Amino acid sequence: MTQNSNPPNKLVQKLQRHRKARWLFWAGTSGLILLLGWLFSSYYPESFYPPLAADPPWNLAFWVSEGMDWLIVNFAVIFDAIKLVTRWVLNSIEDSLLMLHEWSLLAIIVLWAWRLAGRRVAIFSGAAMYFIGMLGLWELCMSTLALIATAVLISMAMGIPIGILAARSDRINNTIRPVLDVMQTMPAFVYLIPAVMFFGLGNVPGVMATVIFAAPPAVRLTNLGIRQVPKDLVEAGHTFGSTDFQLLFKVQLPLALPSIMAGINQTIMLSLSMVVLAAMIAAGGLGREVYMALGQVDIGRGFVAGTTIVLVAMVLDRITQSLGQRGKRGTSAL
Amino acid sequence: MSETETPRVKISCRNVWKIFGHDPQNTLNLIQNGMTKEEILEQTGHIIAVRDISFDVNEGEIFVIMGLSGSGKSTIIRCLNRLIDPTSGQIFIDDVDLATMNETEIRMTRRHQISMVFQQFALFPHRSVIDNVAYGLEVQGIPKAERRERAWEVLNMVGLKGWENYHTYELSGGMQQRVGLARALAVDPEILLMDEAFSALDPLIRRQMQDEFLNLLTQVHKTIIFITHDLSEALKMGERVAIMKDGLIVQLGSPEEIVIGPADDYVTEFVRDVPRSKVVPVRNIMKDPAVTLYSWQGPKVAVHEMRQNDVQYAFILDPGRRLRGVITRDEAKQAIKDGITRLSKLVKGNALQIGPNQPIEEVIPLAATSDNPVAVIDEDERLIGEILRTELLLGMTREDNGNDTKQ
Ligand SMILES: Nc1ncnc2c1ncn2[C@@H]1O[C@H](COP(=O)(O)OP(=O)(O)O)[C@@H](O)[C@H]1O
Ligand SMILES: [Mg+2]
Repeated sequence: MTQNSNPPNKLVQKLQRHRKARWLFWAGTSGLILLLGWLFSSYYPESFYPPLAADPPWNLAFWVSEGMDWLIVNFAVIFDAIKLVTRWVLNSIEDSLLMLHEWSLLAIIVLWAWRLAGRRVAIFSGAAMYFIGMLGLWELCMSTLALIATAVLISMAMGIPIGILAARSDRINNTIRPVLDVMQTMPAFVYLIPAVMFFGLGNVPGVMATVIFAAPPAVRLTNLGIRQVPKDLVEAGHTFGSTDFQLLFKVQLPLALPSIMAGINQTIMLSLSMVVLAAMIAAGGLGREVYMALGQVDIGRGFVAGTTIVLVAMVLDRITQSLGQRGKRGTSAL
Repeated sequence: MSETETPRVKISCRNVWKIFGHDPQNTLNLIQNGMTKEEILEQTGHIIAVRDISFDVNEGEIFVIMGLSGSGKSTIIRCLNRLIDPTSGQIFIDDVDLATMNETEIRMTRRHQISMVFQQFALFPHRSVIDNVAYGLEVQGIPKAERRERAWEVLNMVGLKGWENYHTYELSGGMQQRVGLARALAVDPEILLMDEAFSALDPLIRRQMQDEFLNLLTQVHKTIIFITHDLSEALKMGERVAIMKDGLIVQLGSPEEIVIGPADDYVTEFVRDVPRSKVVPVRNIMKDPAVTLYSWQGPKVAVHEMRQNDVQYAFILDPGRRLRGVITRDEAKQAIKDGITRLSKLVKGNALQIGPNQPIEEVIPLAATSDNPVAVIDEDERLIGEILRTELLLGMTREDNGNDTKQ
C-alpha cells in the first residue's frame, strides 16, 4: 500500500524541484545574455535596440580585445611552449609517416585494418590508400594525417582525464556540460580567431582549433562510459578493498573502453571535418588543396582533394569503429 | 549442538539505523519525536531502510536474514563492510567499531576480513574466470603467479577446475555464482556476506548450490551472513534466522523456533506453507517409552510388563540405558516356550532409531518399514523417547501456534 503510493510522491517532489531549478537556470541565463548585450551594445553605433537610458559602464568588446592582448603579452611563454610542443609532435608524426616508404606504410595500414576490422575493411583500406597514391596526393595526405593525429592525441590527453573527473563528480559534470555544448555548437570557424591570436598562422593553430572542436566527444563518451559501468560491479570492486585508483584502472576504464573508443572515433571524424577550415589559417595538407581550389574555382582539383579526404575519413572510421566494437564484445554478453 | 563454552561474538550490530535522503540526522530526530515511517516519507521524502536493528553473530555461525524485497536486507548487510554508512548505531567486528575506522582501515578490513557474494553475481566481464577469482588478491598487491595459484585452488574447491580461462559470460548461472563464491573465498576472509547469493538461480541449481555450500563450510571455517527472501532457504541454511519487515527485525530465533512460534502475522504468513516435518525436530513429538526392559531380565517379565501397559513391544536396554534392541510380545512369548531366560539372548540390534534433533521428515521412511516404533536416542545411544505413529501423523499435520507445544 505504502509501496504503491510512495514512488509517485517522490517522483513528483523530484520533478517539482527539478522544474524549479531548470526555470531558475533559464531565467538566469537569459538575464546574463541581456546584460552582456547591454555591455556590448556600444560596439556598433547602430545598436539594434538600446533599451536602457544609461550607456553601459564598459565597452565589453573593447575589453575582450584588451584582455586577449593582455593574455598574449603576459602568457607568451606558455603559449610559446604549447606551440613548440605541438609543433614538435606534429613534425615527428609527419616525419615518421613520410620516412616510411609508401609501400611499407600501405602494408602497415592494410595489416592494421585486417587485424582490427577484418578482411573487407583491409581490402577497402588498401584500395583507398593506393588510390590516393595514384593521384599523387600521398604526401599531402600524410600531412593531414599528422595534423589529425596530433589533434586527436591532444584531445584524448585532455578529454579522457576530464571525462574521468566528470564521471566522478556531478558538480564537475554539470559545470563542464554547457562548456562542451558551446564548444560543439559554436561554428567551428569561430575558433580560428583565438587560435591565430594565440599561436599565429600555420599548422599549430590549425591543430588547436581542431582540438577545441573535436575534443568534446572524448570527454562526453568517457564520462558516459564510466557512468554506465553497472553499479554492482563498482560495488564489487569496493567490496574487495580496491583503492579509487585500482577501481578506475581495473574496473571502470576497461568497462568504459567501448564507449571511450566510440568517443575517439567521433573525435577523429570531427577532426577531419576541420581540415579545410584549418587551411584558412595556413594549415597544410589536403585541406589546403581544397581551400586553394576553392580560391581558384578549380572544381576538378577541389573534387579530387575532397574525395581523398572522404576516403581517409572512411578508412579511419571503419578501423576505429571496429576498435570500439571489439572492446564491447566483453561487456555486451553480460 | 550442545556447546558448553559460550561462542565468541564476531559481528555485533547495536541499534543500527539507516535513513536515505539529504538530511538523515534531522529525520532521526523526527522519528524520536514520534513520526511514523509513512509520515516521514510523505513530509520529508526520506526513506527509512533500517530501523533500530541489533543482533550478534557468533564466530562460525550461519546467520540468515530473511524478508520480502525492500525490507532493508541489502542495506543492513552493506553496513557490515561499510559500503553504506549507518545513520546511527554501532557495528562491531571483533569488538572494533567500524565507525572509528578511517578509509585505509576500512579498506584493509574489506581486503582481508570480509568478502561478499552478490545476487546478480557482479562478475567482471572483461576478466577471465581465474582473474575474477584473483581480483581480491590482485588489489592486495600479490604477485601474479602467486594469486593465480591461490585462485586456481579455490576454483577447484568450488568445482570449476578447467574453466580458468573462460570468460564469465560463457558460464551458466550456477557456475557464475561459483565464480562469485570463489572470488569471495580467494582472499580467505573470516566473514562472508551473501546477499541473496542463490536467489537468481533456478530452483534445482539453487538447492544443489545450497548443499554444496554447506558442504564447503565444513572445510573452511567462516562466519556467514546469508540473506534470502526464501523461507525454506533460510530454514535450511540458518543456525539462526532474523526475519525483517520494513527495516525492523520482527523475529530472531532458530529455524525451529520460527516455524513453531511465529512472532506475528507477518511471520505466520511466511511459515504457513512450510512443511513442519522439515523443521520440527523429532524431540517435539517423542513420548516417554511405555515399557523399557533391561537385557538381564527374562521374557516372562517382558510379557508381563507389556501386558500391564497394553503394548505389543518393548525396548531393551543395557545397564547404561543404551538401546540394545526391541522385542514384541509375540517374540517374548515364543522365547518363553523356547526356554530362553535372558533377553540379552534375543537382542538383535534391530531397533529403528533416530537422534532427537533430526527433523520429523526423516522418521517417516523409518516408520514406514516396520510396525515397531522408532526409538529416539541421544549421542551416547541412550534411549530418551519413542515415536508413535499417531504422534508422527499428528506432528506432521498439526497447526501449532507455539503455545501448546510440549518440549
Ligand atoms: N541508495 C538508496 N537510496 C534511497 N533508497 C534506498 C537506497 N537503497 C535502498 N533504498 C530503499 O531502502 C529500502 C530497503 O532496501 P533494500 O535494503 O535494498 O531492501 P532488500 O534488500 O530487503 O530488498 C527500500 O525501500 C529501498 O527502496
Ligand atoms: Mg536486496
